[in-house]
Amino acid sequence: MSNVFVLLFAREARLLCRRPAELANPLVFFAIVIALFPLAVGPETQLLQRISPGLVWLAALLAVLLSLDGLFRGDYEDGSLEQWVVSPHPLALLVLAKVLAHWVFSGLALVILAPLLGLMLGLPGSAMPVLLLSLLLGTPVLSLLGAVGAALTVGLKRGGLLLALLILPLYIPVLILGSGALQAALQGLPAAGYLLWLASLAALALTLTPFAIAAGLTISVGE
Amino acid sequence: MPSPFLEALSLTCERDWRVLFEGLDLEIRAGEMLQVSGPNGSGKTSLLRLLGGLMQPTQGEIRLNGKALLAQRAEVARNLLWIGHAAGIKGLLTAEENLVWLCALQRPSTRDAIWTALDAVGLRGFEDVPCHTLSAGQQRRVGLARLHLDAPPLWILDEPFTALDKLGVAQLERHLAEHCERGGMVVLTTHHTLGERPAGYRELDLGRAA
Repeated sequence: MSNVFVLLFAREARLLCRRPAELANPLVFFAIVIALFPLAVGPETQLLQRISPGLVWLAALLAVLLSLDGLFRGDYEDGSLEQWVVSPHPLALLVLAKVLAHWVFSGLALVILAPLLGLMLGLPGSAMPVLLLSLLLGTPVLSLLGAVGAALTVGLKRGGLLLALLILPLYIPVLILGSGALQAALQGLPAAGYLLWLASLAALALTLTPFAIAAGLTISVGE
Repeated sequence: MPSPFLEALSLTCERDWRVLFEGLDLEIRAGEMLQVSGPNGSGKTSLLRLLGGLMQPTQGEIRLNGKALLAQRAEVARNLLWIGHAAGIKGLLTAEENLVWLCALQRPSTRDAIWTALDAVGLRGFEDVPCHTLSAGQQRRVGLARLHLDAPPLWILDEPFTALDKLGVAQLERHLAEHCERGGMVVLTTHHTLGERPAGYRELDLGRAA
């Protein structure tokens, strides 16, 4: 059973690596959105620093959402999902492998890129560990929750906007906790509470959403 | 008479408020081949998806070995090979990579067996070519190579002859007939008349049944 998990993870990673443009899109989007803000609100370091927690998190959230629209579409159109559903392996395990592979190449890449963009916004070095840790805990939740929406809208020709409408409200707790942690770090307050909450959300999403994603896909395939 | 392996009891299928077929009964026993035919939109693919457990019937029941299909997913998965209209082939992966994964999903197979199967469907020399560079017929052959591996007894194939050349069609017909003669079962949809039919061949015309 775990063998299939590893194989699917490797297969998805291979597929993503053969389409580097799709990998780069969310990252470039993330970088551009953050680069646009100083242009829009002016180069005042104080102001930028104050709004940077919300900004980084909002940009990360939109970048993840952008990358999720096509998450299952290819598998739906080429019949892979049907093969998953008729296979003897639990669908929840398969979707977990798929979403994790997707997260490693999008969410994790965002986490690695974030300190650089944080510096651009004038975030002090002391806030960097919290920025990294909060994104590291928060982006898997964004990917997993988004995958639920992607599974439900996969059968629709143009599911992109509907996906955003379905999923953005669910992102609110992650956004509040993530930017809250960074805000606290900026003011020199302990951020551990926020991070622990994020960690518990991550654990919850990791254990529960695969079942919701699997159910969504079964419905979409059975249509 | 052996008991039916797969049976459908008064099956009704409705899609988008339209009744595709009603009160359909069918039985499939070891060694039988069922060709589902009928005009476009008569519910051929829907019937196949119902039999494969991908969809739920509006009314009626499908049984595998006398027990409800939906209550024994693992058992169904062990006995069923499903190749839909799209065969689950990724264009970015090579023929071999595609097959390794599709086999791992159901019954793990060795590299040698996969190369032999690709050879059997006439894809020798194309094992490590990305599938999107292959022609439509060759891509179809990649999917059909699974039939030459250690396959479960019941095959459900949706339009397996699409895009195949004459020789490919003849080879596949023979392979399907041989599978039935060995005690396997095949349910398929196709518009063309099968040249080679096993002893247990039957046809179900959905256009006439409705």
